[in-house]
Amino acid sequence: MRFWLRKAGGTLLAALGATLLVSLFLDLIPGDPAAILLGEQAQSLDVAALRRQMWLDRPLPVQAWLFLEELATGELRSSVPPFQERVWGRLAEAVPKTGLLALLAMACALAIGLPLGVLSARRAGRAVDRAAMGLAVLAISAPAFLVGQALILAFGIRLGWLPIAGDDSSAAVLLPALTLGLALSALLSRVTRASMLEVQGKEWVLSARARGLSERKVTWRYAFRSAAVPILTIAGLQFGGVLTGAVVVEKVFNWPGLGTYLLTSIERRDYNGVRACVLVFTLTYLAVNLLTDAVCAWVDPRVRLSTKAP
Amino acid sequence: MSAALDWDRAAPRWSAGARVGVALIVATALLALFAPVIAPVPPGRLDLAASWLPPSRAHPFGTGDNGVDVLANVAYGARVSLGVGLAAVFLSGLFGTAVGMAAAWAGGLWDDAAMRVIDVLLAFPGLLLAIFITAVIGPSLGGLLLALCATAWVSYARLARAQVLSLQQREFVLAARALGASPLRIAVRHLLPNLAGPLVVQATFGLPGVILAEAALSFLGLGVPPGTPSWGALVDQGTAHLLDAPHVALFPGAAIAVATLGFNFLGDALRDRLDPRR
Repeated sequence: MRFWLRKAGGTLLAALGATLLVSLFLDLIPGDPAAILLGEQAQSLDVAALRRQMWLDRPLPVQAWLFLEELATGELRSSVPPFQERVWGRLAEAVPKTGLLALLAMACALAIGLPLGVLSARRAGRAVDRAAMGLAVLAISAPAFLVGQALILAFGIRLGWLPIAGDDSSAAVLLPALTLGLALSALLSRVTRASMLEVQGKEWVLSARARGLSERKVTWRYAFRSAAVPILTIAGLQFGGVLTGAVVVEKVFNWPGLGTYLLTSIERRDYNGVRACVLVFTLTYLAVNLLTDAVCAWVDPRVRLSTKAP
Repeated sequence: MSAALDWDRAAPRWSAGARVGVALIVATALLALFAPVIAPVPPGRLDLAASWLPPSRAHPFGTGDNGVDVLANVAYGARVSLGVGLAAVFLSGLFGTAVGMAAAWAGGLWDDAAMRVIDVLLAFPGLLLAIFITAVIGPSLGGLLLALCATAWVSYARLARAQVLSLQQREFVLAARALGASPLRIAVRHLLPNLAGPLVVQATFGLPGVILAEAALSFLGLGVPPGTPSWGALVDQGTAHLLDAPHVALFPGAAIAVATLGFNFLGDALRDRLDPRR
């Protein structure tokens, strides 16, 4: 328990560090955002007033602190005129959108990647294996926007089955989720295959087979269970890929999620928006990592024993 | 001193994947090298009457906004995308190897500190960090390279460190030390040649990752400066007309896929050959 508490504490610290780091980075942006916003004819008094409103006259740690304080009290607004848009409101709209997209993509990746990897391992070296792994390399190599645009043209335009952009209907999430899931499923199937091959010759798999259990039972109950830890770890790590992939895929499909919020904030020089997005992205990513560790320890007790040391 | 790449033990023939990979890489390299010959018209040539035309004999990849030739853009874009990719891999490889070797050689506190930094960077999704960095610095080649290298160097550092830790105890290094060779001489003359093989494999895998990252950043408008024809930026320009002129976005997108596929195939084959377990 103490082990997990310490890990959770570390996660929180890392997220705060990321926020501070981003504040630091934002300060490095060439040009004064207040002056740029007001244009060339601006009076220096106006610029100074705007700088004050945007917190640009404060030292960095104070900026980061003000951000966290207002975020905590729910008062945080966009840091560009007219300073009206509530950051929490935008987050409340965007986070569920990206969450839905990421979960569906992950489900899609697992549903395609795991069976494909297990099948490849069982038929290692045969035509099925070669075809599956060739497809996997292809899916890893193709950039997400190319896959997304191809899917738009195929399913959205040619066949007309699915909506191609925005979030007007509930089916609109399917194409972006599939786009995001395909690349992940390719990686997962490769890891699954390697992991299954690794345990195939192990004693407990051999003894299960020697006892005359069905091939299905040997594969899933004995081999897959012990092969699951590296697969889970990779799946957890891949979640970072889901988050970054979401930024790209949201742009392709015009999906109003966190990635879209981040990009528009960057474009508008809305520092509070950027800070908030970075904080949410980082926290989510770290939390999923923590969760992955917990699930791995639950699936395979050996993991728990070995992570006690550090 | 043993050769870095132990070819004798490997299978005598290259796999089909390796040959396909090399063919794809050569094709993209030729595209970049002979861009002026391949492009039917110079990349900046405008022809307002010929906007958004589908592929034809005069324009094999069709035309885009204001009649710019897509093939010309893709060919010159190969120079930008491959150039940025190679530069990023080279810089991150150089930096990572230096850090890894130094950490292993120095040991103790320095080694610990380097490993903590590496762990943190490994734990964070690289492209996300790259998005944050380019968001801050703005679209410029220097910022793009910095963003790409920010996490890419880590894998080289880990690899170099692990290799040096084991090489350090080998007789030829101990002998060199006993003869009074300086650490720099040992690093350059004795360690680096033995590191070269694994590092090259790592770089072969690193390159497609960097090319994809550059493409994603440029597609998001955070990569190359506006007006530079990198593949990702070209896809971005074509996206608005995906429905009425899909070739403008799809050809540069396919070029990215071809290049990364080539390096992935080659990397897989190289790793299979060098992996002593097989």
